[in-house]
Amino acid sequence: MLDILLSDFFQRALIGGVLIGITAPLIGIFLVLRRLSMIGDTLSHVTIAGVALGFLIEVYPLAAGLVFAVLASFAIEKLRKAYKSYAELSIAIIMSGGVALASLFFTLGMGYNTDVMSYLFGSIYTLDSTDIYMVGGVTVVVIAVVVMFFKEFFLLSFEEDAASVSGLPVKWMNMIITVLTALVVSTAIKIVGALLVSALLTIPVAISLLLARSFRSSIVLSVIISEIAVIGGLMLAGVFNLAPGATIVLLLISLLIITLVGKKGFTT
Amino acid sequence: MEPAAQDCHQPIVQIKDVSFHYRDQQVIKDLNFTIKERDFVGIVGSNGAGKTTLLRMIVGLLPAAEGTIELFGQPIRKFQDWERIGYVPQKNAFNPLFPATVREVVMSGLYNRKKMFRRLSRLDHQKCEDALEVMRIQDIADKRIGALSGGQQQRVFLARALINRPDLLILDEPTIGIDAETQAGFFELITHMHAHHHMTFLMVTHDLDMVKDYLGESPVSQNGKIQFFVRHSHEIENCVEVDLQHSLV
Repeated sequence: MLDILLSDFFQRALIGGVLIGITAPLIGIFLVLRRLSMIGDTLSHVTIAGVALGFLIEVYPLAAGLVFAVLASFAIEKLRKAYKSYAELSIAIIMSGGVALASLFFTLGMGYNTDVMSYLFGSIYTLDSTDIYMVGGVTVVVIAVVVMFFKEFFLLSFEEDAASVSGLPVKWMNMIITVLTALVVSTAIKIVGALLVSALLTIPVAISLLLARSFRSSIVLSVIISEIAVIGGLMLAGVFNLAPGATIVLLLISLLIITLVGKKGFTT
Repeated sequence: MEPAAQDCHQPIVQIKDVSFHYRDQQVIKDLNFTIKERDFVGIVGSNGAGKTTLLRMIVGLLPAAEGTIELFGQPIRKFQDWERIGYVPQKNAFNPLFPATVREVVMSGLYNRKKMFRRLSRLDHQKCEDALEVMRIQDIADKRIGALSGGQQQRVFLARALINRPDLLILDEPTIGIDAETQAGFFELITHMHAHHHMTFLMVTHDLDMVKDYLGESPVSQNGKIQFFVRHSHEIENCVEVDLQHSLV
């Protein structure tokens, strides 16, 4: 059992998981509070299209996925402006566009289907050093930007009109959050898979919203919860030979249920 | 009426020939209105009259289809001194489940373009404590905003608006969804502030009864379904007092 936990591939998985465990809820909190939880799902579907194209034209798949995700994030912002009262419409359009492109690229390159599958459901044990550098780079960028704009992102999420009346560049800040989401999603899909990535963005935040009183504490708590799920999930998956991405997500859902039940027990 | 020749108060908001329409529906037509230093202006109208539209144009959230709006003598597009404006939103403008304490919300009144890339100073924290004290909400400073009553929430938003000691305080339906007794208390608080502090007030409301005791029975002007009630600055201070203040500064 210890052999698996001490192996190189597991150590890399742990490093990658811990880094994504920081960035996903750090960005996720701004998405959840601005009622944009589904944006992570959309971008992950588009990323898969990029990954498929990467395999097709023999470019590093995660980089191609990242470019697709960033382009999609710009498109979402443009569509949100065109349909101001229907913010979710932009998400639906881009998501279906991403799935359509992904299936097109699938059929053009029939031979790599198994590789693409690993991006759909995650394959944390296959993280190589390039992947680790990429996740590490994204983590540094996300932490730096969130620290730099912490107070402005707070006001934007709390009350967008007040942010505008304070003269903050609301349009640019929305764009920065969307681009950061694209960065996090595209690097997280190899860890939990495109189909599960939004769980990592939203469930730790959902739990912290039940427990935290202040904004600062809800951020800290969501990162702690995310890390418990990532590290615990990887250990469980390693020991019992389970799918790591799925184990992490199911552990998160279990934590959410325990919190909901515990909170109800305390309040009734 | 206002004795224009001897008025020493500067214009704070100038609305010139402003019109606005949603598709075919004309909401505001050729509106001309000036709010001067220390005026208390009530914009009154029923739902859908266009008062929130007008307010959104005044603070630059909506561009006017025609005409110009100036804040403190500057066209709205070029206006940068946002800390001179305090803004109290409608009660339903925020998510009540948002995980923020009273102190975090009050502090956010300091977050403007000039504070970007800057850490909050000890003076900023002191300003927050002062605003909490003025509104008598120090004892609930660490409570979550969503756990407070409607009246307490409005005091928090008022504290946030006052933290920069603004010259212009804008209130958008500040008492909607609050019981009558708390409404009366809140209005008494802001009229007291108007009488005793050097601030200009612009308040949007659908409740005519609340404003007419302080702003008079009849509107000074009307545009479409929007009525403007004003208590002019010269009713609370004369030019001798203004000159004296300036000489002390």
